[in-house]
Amino acid sequence: MKEQDNNSRRNFLKKGGLALGALSATAIALASFQKEAVEETGEKVKLLSPEGDIVEIDKAYVKSAHDLNLPLDSKKIREGIPNRKFVMVIDLARCKNALKCVSACNKNHYIAGKNAWLKVYKMQESKDTAPYWMPSACQHCDQPACVTVCPVDATFKRRDGIVLIDNERCIGCRFCMAACPYSARVFNWEEPDQGEIMMNIDMNHVVPSPEHAGLPSVKGTVDKCDFCPHQIDKGELPHCVSACPNGVFYFGDKYEDTVTNGDETVRLSKILEDKAGYRLMEGLNTQPSVYYLPPKNRSDDFKDGLDKYNEFQSVEKPT
Amino acid sequence: MKNYDTLLKDLTPKKFTKFGVIWTSFLLVIIIIGIIAYIDQIIKGQVVTNMRDYALWGIYISNFVFFVATSFVGSIIVAVLRLTKNEWRTPLVRIAEIITLASIVMAGITIMIDMARPDRLLNLFIHARIQSPITWDVIIIPTTIVISFLLLYFPLLPDFAILKDFFKKKKPKLSKLYGKLSLNWKGTKKQKAIQTKSIRIIALMIIPIGLMLQTIDAWLFSTTYRIGWDSTNMGAYFISGAFVAGVAALIVVVYVVRRTNKLEKYITNFQFDKLGKLLALACLVYLYFNMNEYLIPAYTPSIGEEIHLNTLFVGSYSYLFWMVTIGGLILPILFLLFKKGRKPLPMFVIGLVVVIGSWWKRYIIITPTLLHPFLPIQGVPESWHHYFPSLHEWLITIATLAMALLIITLLVRYLPVIPIQRTAEENDLLETNIKH
Repeated sequence: MKEQDNNSRRNFLKKGGLALGALSATAIALASFQKEAVEETGEKVKLLSPEGDIVEIDKAYVKSAHDLNLPLDSKKIREGIPNRKFVMVIDLARCKNALKCVSACNKNHYIAGKNAWLKVYKMQESKDTAPYWMPSACQHCDQPACVTVCPVDATFKRRDGIVLIDNERCIGCRFCMAACPYSARVFNWEEPDQGEIMMNIDMNHVVPSPEHAGLPSVKGTVDKCDFCPHQIDKGELPHCVSACPNGVFYFGDKYEDTVTNGDETVRLSKILEDKAGYRLMEGLNTQPSVYYLPPKNRSDDFKDGLDKYNEFQSVEKPT
Repeated sequence: MKNYDTLLKDLTPKKFTKFGVIWTSFLLVIIIIGIIAYIDQIIKGQVVTNMRDYALWGIYISNFVFFVATSFVGSIIVAVLRLTKNEWRTPLVRIAEIITLASIVMAGITIMIDMARPDRLLNLFIHARIQSPITWDVIIIPTTIVISFLLLYFPLLPDFAILKDFFKKKKPKLSKLYGKLSLNWKGTKKQKAIQTKSIRIIALMIIPIGLMLQTIDAWLFSTTYRIGWDSTNMGAYFISGAFVAGVAALIVVVYVVRRTNKLEKYITNFQFDKLGKLLALACLVYLYFNMNEYLIPAYTPSIGEEIHLNTLFVGSYSYLFWMVTIGGLILPILFLLFKKGRKPLPMFVIGLVVVIGSWWKRYIIITPTLLHPFLPIQGVPESWHHYFPSLHEWLITIATLAMALLIITLLVRYLPVIPIQRTAEENDLLETNIKH
């Protein structure tokens, strides 16, 4: 860790109007700085500066970006969290098809159908190129084809980058599914059987909202990966990120230029540059929010993942 | 020359024959079965179809596209032939108008069958977003329904007045209804001027509206990234396809109505000959756009396109693809080139084959594309890799076809299928007979 002198700290604080990411193991800090002088408490907090340095500042300067306990009203749900741009980085070099991400996603979103929101694809571009495992879900595109074609504004793009579905409004035309080049969307062809789960949770605290699209799922409407806004609200990482034993998934904020997989926190721009990050089907100009790092220098053999691979199943059904 | 009384006797609506009654009851039974299947779909959800997350659209959509296509016949026969002053169209226009109205009404109904939440239909208006091609459809389909109705109705006014008189003694109730529908038509100069002007405006409007309808329908597909749909050719391709489907449907209905209503004197070999040439023209134009759509991409195919085209040319859909292309397009052109091919009976057979081909053609446009997404199909049951309609889908779809036929049958039953007044005028029968 770098020693910081008083002067550079003051400089740092001047630029501190920008939101910064906290260095906590699993949480993403939602912090900004007050410009005016405040009485110092003596308690220090570690933060990551825009230059990538770790700094210690007094807790009095740190203020929560917004009150997390306040439920967003329905209009805010469509607008998203201000001044944030959520992104994901998926490191293909680390993925060995452990499928923990898929089961965590299925469990926490109460997936009732036969098609998971998040799937690990067995990929091989051509006969002579190497096969690899590729987790893929909604890409939360900045130019989402699904949103463009929706006739009723049921699926929408928020300022924080997240694409969500209001399944109280969706008419079930499935045009968004036809439009999505990533096959990210799934449909509730019948009444979703979330029965046991629904009984086990306290329904009084669940207000149907696009931010909790997995609960309840609605017959005749479209579902998909929601980037776990309910986790973000709690200051926690999406289920797939925290469930992955291999640190494949990084999640974070593009404006903060920071992503974390829970174990390590890195600069988004740096990791994309160092590891030649790319996005899926860049040529389509959908501008995804999900970045991939190529499957280079893999620690494990691709074949090790084959044991778990099931071409015809992504949601485990109780037998 | 026929005199006016025979004209009336020939052209006024007639009671159903025994065959007519059997036919109508048959249609009703099919429709009732379809409605039961639809109710079951509402209750259980679209799980009763064989559509799934990959084959997310099926025959409901291709059947919708088919109905939209056949509705184009009004724009061609009524409007284009009118503008080009093709007088042979007179005995065919009303049948064309009837097909157009029946088709576009059924198109509106079939697209709702595909909606998984028809209970939220109003959202299409409450939360309408103008950039969605579905919203364009929501605008253009009702517009076309209104315009096609007026296109059928305005020219009917004088005929309704004639029917009112004709049935005055025989069927007073029916006569009264016709009287109401005639909107007090007396045939005065002023009325005639308004009617002529209205018909002219509507007949002009139906051309751009028909073109827009077909194009929007094409854009439902070409506004996606999907291989096989993402084509700039789609608009023109759909318009020419609608030209084929519409004229073929007209030929089939004209042939049947001509036989059942004994209209051989009015709809002659001459009309069939002309219709045959028109269908040949339509098929040639469509063939041209088919070449643009399938052959040219085959020269520089991306991997996705290659997979798609292979499926159509030699793969799992090749059987259907070549049946539709050769049987529904190339062979009809060849037969229609000969004068003998343009006689009524051969024309009926050709028309029927082309209509069936047109229906499957839409299936070929919709389904294979959906089964070739950009990412591989994985993590779903094996059955989701394929699509063939379920029993529910067939029953409902066949019921929609039966409904279209029922609408046509009833309109043919109660309307003069050949404009009486206009035929009389063209044959100079009116001056002496109606103006006493």
